[in-house]
Order: sequence, then C-alpha cells, then structure tokens
Amino acid sequence: MTVNGNKPKFAMYWAASCGGCEIAVLNTHETILDVDANFEVVFWPIAMDAKYKDVEAMEDGSILLTLFNGGIRNDENEHLAKLMRRKSKILVAFGSCASEGCIPGLANFSPVSEIVQTAFNTITTDNPNQIYPRTSYDVPEGELHIPTLSPLLRPLDQVVDVDYYMPGCPPESHQIAAVIDLVIKVLKGEAQLPPKGAVIGAGNSTVCDECPRTRNVKLIKEFKRIQDIAPVDPTLCLLEQGIPCNGLATRSGCNARCPQAGAQCIGCYGPAEGVIDYGSRLITAFSSVIDANEPEEIERILDGIPDPAGQMYRFNLAGSLMKASKSAWENK
Amino acid sequence: MTDKFEPTIIGFTCNWCSYRAADLAGTARMKYAPNVRLIRMMCSGRLDPTFVLRALSNGADGVMITGCHPGECHYVEQNYKALRRYLLLKRVLKGMGIEPERVKLVWASAAEGARFASETTLFVEEVRKLGPLNWGKDHGPQTMDDGLSHGDTSQSSIVDGQKEEVPA
Repeated sequence: MTVNGNKPKFAMYWAASCGGCEIAVLNTHETILDVDANFEVVFWPIAMDAKYKDVEAMEDGSILLTLFNGGIRNDENEHLAKLMRRKSKILVAFGSCASEGCIPGLANFSPVSEIVQTAFNTITTDNPNQIYPRTSYDVPEGELHIPTLSPLLRPLDQVVDVDYYMPGCPPESHQIAAVIDLVIKVLKGEAQLPPKGAVIGAGNSTVCDECPRTRNVKLIKEFKRIQDIAPVDPTLCLLEQGIPCNGLATRSGCNARCPQAGAQCIGCYGPAEGVIDYGSRLITAFSSVIDANEPEEIERILDGIPDPAGQMYRFNLAGSLMKASKSAWENK
Repeated sequence: MTDKFEPTIIGFTCNWCSYRAADLAGTARMKYAPNVRLIRMMCSGRLDPTFVLRALSNGADGVMITGCHPGECHYVEQNYKALRRYLLLKRVLKGMGIEPERVKLVWASAAEGARFASETTLFVEEVRKLGPLNWGKDHGPQTMDDGLSHGDTSQSSIVDGQKEEVPA
C-alpha cells in the first residue's frame, strides 16, 4: 500500500466479531482500490501488520475514518474502542455487533461464569485436570496477561461516543461501497456528511417494504417452522404462511435477501427507523396478526414460537432496553 | 434484604374503563396499596411492550396493565390486542429469566373500583414476594425524554434506544 502522508487516514478494527464484516468490505471488489487510492490505511489487523503502540503513538484525531466492527466483550476490546475513538475523527459502529450486539450479544443470556464453564468444562470438552484460563501468569520473563471477559457484551455506543451506525450481519457489500463512495465525495467537497448519529448504508423503512412477496390479510392460526411446511409458497408473504418472519420490525437496506431466497428474515439489519426496542416491535407485530381472542387459543398459537426471547432478540439483545437476561444482569 | 421492600409498580390504565375504576376507588375512599404509579392511555391497545420494558429497565419492579373487559373495549377489540401482546411479552420475559409474574393484566370496568383496588393490592403483594428487580436503579438520573422522545427526526432512533450507559 502506498504511504502518503497527505492522504486522509483510514482504519478498521475488529473487536468481538466473526470477521464477516471484513469479508464484506473485501467483497466490494474494485471499490476497495478506491479506499487505497483515497486513503492511507494505517491500521487494519486483518489486512496489514500494525501494532497497538503504533496507533497509540498517533496524534489524537489524526485518523479520519475508523470502521469499528464487533462488540465489546473484554478489556482489550474496551481499550481499543477508547483508543480508536480518541484517534478518529469519524467512528462508525460497523455491522450488527458494534451497533447492537448481534450473535455474540446472545451471550448476555448467561452470566460469564456459565459461559466459561460451558467453554471449558462440558461433555464436549476434554479437560480432566479442570484447567481454566487465568488472566495473568508469571513466567521467568515477567507477567503475561490475556484479556479479561467483561460481565456483559456491550455494543460500541455503550462504551464510547459513536458518530454513525452501519447495520447488517454483515453489511451488504453494495451498501459499503455506497458509503465509501459518499466519504470520498465528502473529501472532494461534493457531498455532505449525514447528521451525527445517523444510520448509514441502510434504508429508512422495513424489510417488508423491499420484499417482493405478495401480502394480503395476515391472520395466523398457527406458527410453523419453515422446514415443517412443504411446499413453501414462493410468492406469498412468509408470515402469512405462519413462518415467523422478522421483516416487519427490521430495517430495510438488504433488498430483502432472505425472503427473496425463500428464508424468513431473522433481523440482522436491526430495528427499523423509529423503533426503540426491536423485540417489543416484533411482539406487537406478531400479536397483531394472531387470529384468536381466547387466552387458551392464543397460548396454543404462541407455542409455535419455541424460543420467544431468541426470536425477538437474536441480533439485538445487548442493544435492547433490558440488555441482558436477569441472571447475567445480576452478575455483572 | 429487609422486610420493608416496597415494590415500585407502574400501572397503565385505559381512559374508558380501568382509569375510571381507579378514579372510583379513590372517590369511594377505598384503601389500596400506594405502590402503583398510574399512567393513563386512551386504550390498553395503545400499550407498546416498549413501555413495559422501559419501566422494568428503569427501576420498576412490576408493571400492571389494565383495560376494559373483553368485548367491552371502547375501540371495539383493541383490548384483545393488548391480551395477545401481554401473553407473548410474558413468554419473552420468561426467556430472559425475568419472572413473568412481574407483569399483570387486569380487566376492570368503570364500575369496578373495588376490583381495581383489591387486584392492585394483591399484585403489590405478589411482586413484594418476588423481591426487587434491580434493573436500571444504578443508571443515575434519567430524563423524561430519555429514549422515548423523537423530537429530532433528523437523528435515527437506534441512537435514542441505545444511549444509556451501562456502568461497568
């Protein structure tokens, strides 16, 4: 990569994430060359070698744009979140993890002790000597440290101030390319940045608005899992067929990829515009289409959703109003 | 825990029946537990589960939802929607390890001041037995417009919904 002190600096960091966001950035194909042409990439652990101390040595605010993906799961993530905030002019919570917790946020259903127990001492783990990781260890050369788990996974904005949010698990590559284009236009003075706090690289409506499936009146007598329906009508709204599809509460921007491919929306683009609590909106939506007024009948229909909390908060638990289960919250 | 735990309960009442029931209980000088802070809505069907979770996450120990009896809703059938939301919300709360008994739905007509009073007292005792929920009480002062206001439409709600700091 060219090193040119005059180009604005770009960084991308991953905290508690899977790496899918980085793949999505690389999936922008030739647009990635625009990044290199217009920015000096100073820190991007998956793509280049750089040390934390190099970033620490930079002047505060010297990085123009940092895409931060991943939630804050341990003290290393938190240190880097604060460091990148200090060094960056524009900090983007990039992807579902940084925006709202995503799948790693589902760990907030359990206290940390349970998570560690599951990882190191269950039937699938061969650990006869009950060895658990220690966060510090004395060796002849000195003391070694590994990051300490936080009690809860937190989205980026629960730790530092965030300028923009870019939802998606991962964000769609054409949306990333559009955002990169926008930032380059801003650099050239051809466009303006959106207001601080805005959701970028996504729509302002719901997945249903982008979904080409036919919608009639939704009156649901039974919720069913998609694999239990044969055949699934390829053109009819999935929810009308009794499949719990989360599109009604989910932000648009993905072109309804899952419903178009025959699978229900699971909500990775996060809460739609104006929605405070994703799960609440989904509870409201599902409740409105249940075709029953007697408590027993309603309960029977609701039995068709085997994991209601997981259904409502698959991507959003850490960013929801409650943020965690009771046991995790009490042990925080 | 001392035996003097006083639960904080938020009560959502509908304008047409259950708020009148509460009014009747008051004007009739009926005695009931003072733990409930009532918020009047036009209809129990207006109850967004967000309100319940906002109350619980900001320090309420329980939430009471009241409305007109089934078939007697001022808006024809919106209380059935409230019923469905309530039943699904309880399942979600259970999945999060929160006792579903912390949320209660009570039907009370405008004439049932006594029922409103006795159900309230009963609910307060049920929540007292469950103990404090301890959510959000360490959040520090909250402002009225925290999260629920959308005055500035130029900013997205995802920010409003997630602005609270979680103390480490």
